[in-house]
Amino acid sequence: MKAALDFLLNGERVSLAEENPSRTLLTWLREARGLVGTKEGCAEGDCGACSVVLSDVGPGGKLRYQPVNACILCIGALEGKEVITVEGLKKGDRLHAVQQAMVDCHGSQCGFCTPGFVMALYAHCKSGAPPELSDAIAGNLCRCTGYRPILQAGKRARELADWQQEAAEDAARAKRIVALPKETTRVKGFFSPLSVAEFARYLLEHPKASVLAGGTDAGLWITKEHRQLDDIVYIGRVAELGKIEETPRQLEIGAAVTYAEAYEALERIHPHIGELLRRLGAVQVRAVGTLAGNIANGSPIGDSMPVLLALDATLTLQKGEAAREARLARFYTGYRKSVLLPGEFVRSIRVPKLAPGARFAAYKLSKRFDQDISSVCAAFHVEGNKARFGFGGMAATPARARQAEAAYAAKGIEAACTALVEDFSPISDPRASAWYRLRAAQALLRKFHAGASSRALLDMAP
Amino acid sequence: MIHQALAHDSAALHVSGEARYVDDLPEPPGTLYAAFGMSTETHARILALDLAPVRAAEGVVAVLTAADIPGANNIGPVVADEPALATNLVQFRGQPLFAVAATRVELARRAARLARVEYERLDPVVTIEQALEANQFVLPSVRCERGSVASLPGAANRIRGRLRCGAQEHFYLEGQVALAIPGEGGEMLVHSSTQHPSEIQHLVAAALGVPDAAVTVELRRLGGAFGGKETQAAVYAVGAALLARATRRPVKMRADRDDDMVGTGKRHDFLYQYDVGFDRTGRIEALDLTLASRCGLSVDLSGAVNDRAVFHCDNAYFLQNVRIVSHRCRTHTVSGTAFRGFGGPQGMFAAEAVVAAIARHLGIDALDVRKRNLYGPAPRDVTHYGMTLKDNVLPELIDELEARSEYRRRREAVKAFNASSPFFKRGLALTPVKFGIAYTAQAMNQGGALVHLYTDGSVHLNHGGTEMGQGLMIKVAQIVAAELQVDLERIQVSATSTGKVPNTSPTAASSGTDINGEAARDACRTLKQRLVRHCAETYKARPDEVVFLPNQVAIGAAKTLTFTQLVREAYLARVPLSATGYWRTPEIQFDRERWRGTPFYYFAYGAAVSEVAVDVLTGESRLLRADLLHDAGRSLNPAIDRGQIEGGFIQGMGWLTMEEVVWDDQGRLLTHAPSTYKIPVASDCPPVFNVWLWEKGENVRDVAHRSKAVGEPPLMLALSVFQAIADAVGATAGSREPVPLEAPATPENILKAIHELHRNPGR
Repeated sequence: MKAALDFLLNGERVSLAEENPSRTLLTWLREARGLVGTKEGCAEGDCGACSVVLSDVGPGGKLRYQPVNACILCIGALEGKEVITVEGLKKGDRLHAVQQAMVDCHGSQCGFCTPGFVMALYAHCKSGAPPELSDAIAGNLCRCTGYRPILQAGKRARELADWQQEAAEDAARAKRIVALPKETTRVKGFFSPLSVAEFARYLLEHPKASVLAGGTDAGLWITKEHRQLDDIVYIGRVAELGKIEETPRQLEIGAAVTYAEAYEALERIHPHIGELLRRLGAVQVRAVGTLAGNIANGSPIGDSMPVLLALDATLTLQKGEAAREARLARFYTGYRKSVLLPGEFVRSIRVPKLAPGARFAAYKLSKRFDQDISSVCAAFHVEGNKARFGFGGMAATPARARQAEAAYAAKGIEAACTALVEDFSPISDPRASAWYRLRAAQALLRKFHAGASSRALLDMAP
Repeated sequence: MIHQALAHDSAALHVSGEARYVDDLPEPPGTLYAAFGMSTETHARILALDLAPVRAAEGVVAVLTAADIPGANNIGPVVADEPALATNLVQFRGQPLFAVAATRVELARRAARLARVEYERLDPVVTIEQALEANQFVLPSVRCERGSVASLPGAANRIRGRLRCGAQEHFYLEGQVALAIPGEGGEMLVHSSTQHPSEIQHLVAAALGVPDAAVTVELRRLGGAFGGKETQAAVYAVGAALLARATRRPVKMRADRDDDMVGTGKRHDFLYQYDVGFDRTGRIEALDLTLASRCGLSVDLSGAVNDRAVFHCDNAYFLQNVRIVSHRCRTHTVSGTAFRGFGGPQGMFAAEAVVAAIARHLGIDALDVRKRNLYGPAPRDVTHYGMTLKDNVLPELIDELEARSEYRRRREAVKAFNASSPFFKRGLALTPVKFGIAYTAQAMNQGGALVHLYTDGSVHLNHGGTEMGQGLMIKVAQIVAAELQVDLERIQVSATSTGKVPNTSPTAASSGTDINGEAARDACRTLKQRLVRHCAETYKARPDEVVFLPNQVAIGAAKTLTFTQLVREAYLARVPLSATGYWRTPEIQFDRERWRGTPFYYFAYGAAVSEVAVDVLTGESRLLRADLLHDAGRSLNPAIDRGQIEGGFIQGMGWLTMEEVVWDDQGRLLTHAPSTYKIPVASDCPPVFNVWLWEKGENVRDVAHRSKAVGEPPLMLALSVFQAIADAVGATAGSREPVPLEAPATPENILKAIHELHRNPGR
């Protein structure tokens, strides 16, 4: 057990024993380190101005580069990683290829969002097999340019990059990262175990501790609610929780597995799930956010929940050494309330694959296609005469539409649409009115019935 | 270097994170951090304000209320009607009640929530409709008339309708921030992220009760502004300065994003009623239009914003018989304020909707109706406020865009698509923009500059304009480099400061380059005249024999000096090497009593074609292609101008599609963070995005090398997106009634419009 946080900052070894581990990376960079190139735009992980890159050595020994929102990331979550900020890219007076491309393409106007874009593009440039450029910067807001020149800069950067030098830097970085100490850490009220046993024991002894995974929600308790989190257990370094076990019939996804890590396996279940995950948060959020965190938090607007409900996912809950199974459909007891007992945690999520002949679809409606919270999110699963419809945004928690399910199987689509009105009385909020939610929910059911793609509008040719 | 596509002067600093914004400046030792305690009621009397828990909170050093303000408790820029700190009346939810300074920013913010406030609730007026009903206005209504609308009741073709467009949050990426540093003897230096340093100076001085001269406001750059830091920066600067005075320590006040969105003004939302008569070809015969906007609790800039809406509700169309009435509604919401376009977009919104309604009614392509109504040769060349258009290029520009964008071919393709696609509809629209350039507040049409030459041949450039991303500094530097015939690298752009150029106008109304560029040029000319006189005297030459060449000066045929040599010589000969420059916009005048005159120096023009697809079941929409042709005159810097056009267009698209400002019926702003308020992201940029500067463009006015102001006009090109969506919605029903689509065209509003069209088929 060590009593300091150990990580790397722009190649430099950092060991912090006195710093509060729940301090955000952004305030630490700006206030403690004077690195003011990283900006605060919203302090809630929605604008990307604070984007920095985390590099670590992932499963299989692969060096990874992922952009994260420094504004809501606790410095306790940095162990075993290197933080790369905008100040770390220039070599002497020479701009990095990504920076030069942004200059060449006129990608900055006011410049305030620019360091965040540079870091998102840097991570994209370094990450090898890339997603679409517009996905790579979907978590970064720019109010000046209209994005066209930034998208162009993303392409240009790959042409300008000195790949030989990048490879040499990667090798040196991997060496530094691997050399970081691998021990359970305890700093003040912050506990960062390496094994499930340690974690389970700690939570039994500290049932009020906040369990921290990606912190994409917990970060806001600090920045927006000004809460002091004195008792935190961080599960990001628990190797057993970071695994995805795949069998022919299901996926078992560990509690510390990020959306980014789970993406590929989930997408293979059905492309609609991939599309839904693509639109969940943005790269910065998916790099650290976890499926289990979304579930354990009980947020009414978790976009992954309708899919998991429709697939009838189950959870493995653990308390001390005892584990039990719980169906996700029975997990919530109310708004942000669940069957989790004090000292108990979500250990993994079991996601059944589609049986041959099963029909499935998932749709999301929001004011903006990318990086928006849904007004209505729906997933549909029909196997034989058994239907399961999961909805988000229609009630206080994500929920099944049981009357519509029964009606669909027994009487068909029109009856099912009518029955939806019995299932839900949604609220009106700034995302949508009750009128829209009901009507849209019916529309999504019709889309499923007609076999419509969830990308039809996005893929429409100009 | 004039007319060249040069990079932004700070581009290399932006990308490396070295560009400093106010919050990045090194903090002087002892700096405190401030936050406002904000009202949690919308309209209420404050019965008791117990600040003891705030004062007792960890880290708190000072707490101030209105009673602690030594001077004027006011942030109203035009009319002194808005207190910095509320006294006994709360007029919107989020209004500052008191200010706290603490040793850390989070301690200040935490403490600011601890006050015990006893309110007596009063009924709030939240919506435009409520204000109209209650006759609550911040200013008297305005009426502009020409000809007569008496023919309307008997018109052969007549449409009456109601329209609405939403508000818009600026969402500058850098939030509001000010750092006040007290000096000796009552002096105060304020680093403020503002578009209007002079106004901040005046309001801070008045609040502190010191002369303007004791206050200096300075800034190098803003992280975006868009009008949101013209008047709205004041409360943070005043708050920081008051606390700095009280504590004798530097105080920084930086708003948290949620507090910023709750506490600062937005683009005015508008409600419209129109009654239009037209002939069989779609030509407008008479228009009776009433505008009403939500102005919030105070006047702020609502007078000028709503005036500009009245000036622009013709957009590009000749209105022979017209009556426009404009109501400025007082509501218990944050004060509506400047936002790129400044009422112009809201005025044009109505014009475009009316023209589209006429086209639908007659079953004619909307482009033909638009063309039929354009301003043209006399007598169709005089605006409803009596200004004769001398530079109308729209007929030609529109024809060119129609051809380049293949509008007619694509119209047929859209029709064919819609005929065979029940669940998705496409829409297409071409809309023009005509935007008047000049501040409608006449005194503001002036600019000042200060240029120093140093003996190594380098140039220090300063002027009253502020850099907020629009590329003002590089453009003015280009003008200076061209005037002095020196390399751009010699010119050092410097921070805007009220101590260098006084009594400046806000960098607003798209006029930054015109007024500051010409002022800087004037300063350069003064310097050149002195240098020429020096050469003539020293080398016994005639002044016209002294010629400025690139980095050198020829004196007659025999003698040539480098620019640096000349400056050095001039210094030794005791020639003053510093000059101020000044410019005022000529020929503008306006009679507000009669609502007639020439309020604008010239017009900027453009047009855009947008094609969208709409999901009929869910109301989702997507911009598939946009073609923009914009007249930036002889562009000073095509790279910068293109950036303004693209960025303005996407920002305007955001206003009209996904950006929805929602207040509930109790006046609570529900969309106060980027989690609930969505501005466009990269994937909203259309897959086909053609942007052209109009090659034939040339300003008829001799200003800024015959370029044209470009900051605001392109925003309104986005009206084509909204009209294209309306076109697609219209394609779901065969009726002739106007498409009842409200802005923003969110999925919900689109679905509602489809629903309504189908509820009243054939009406």
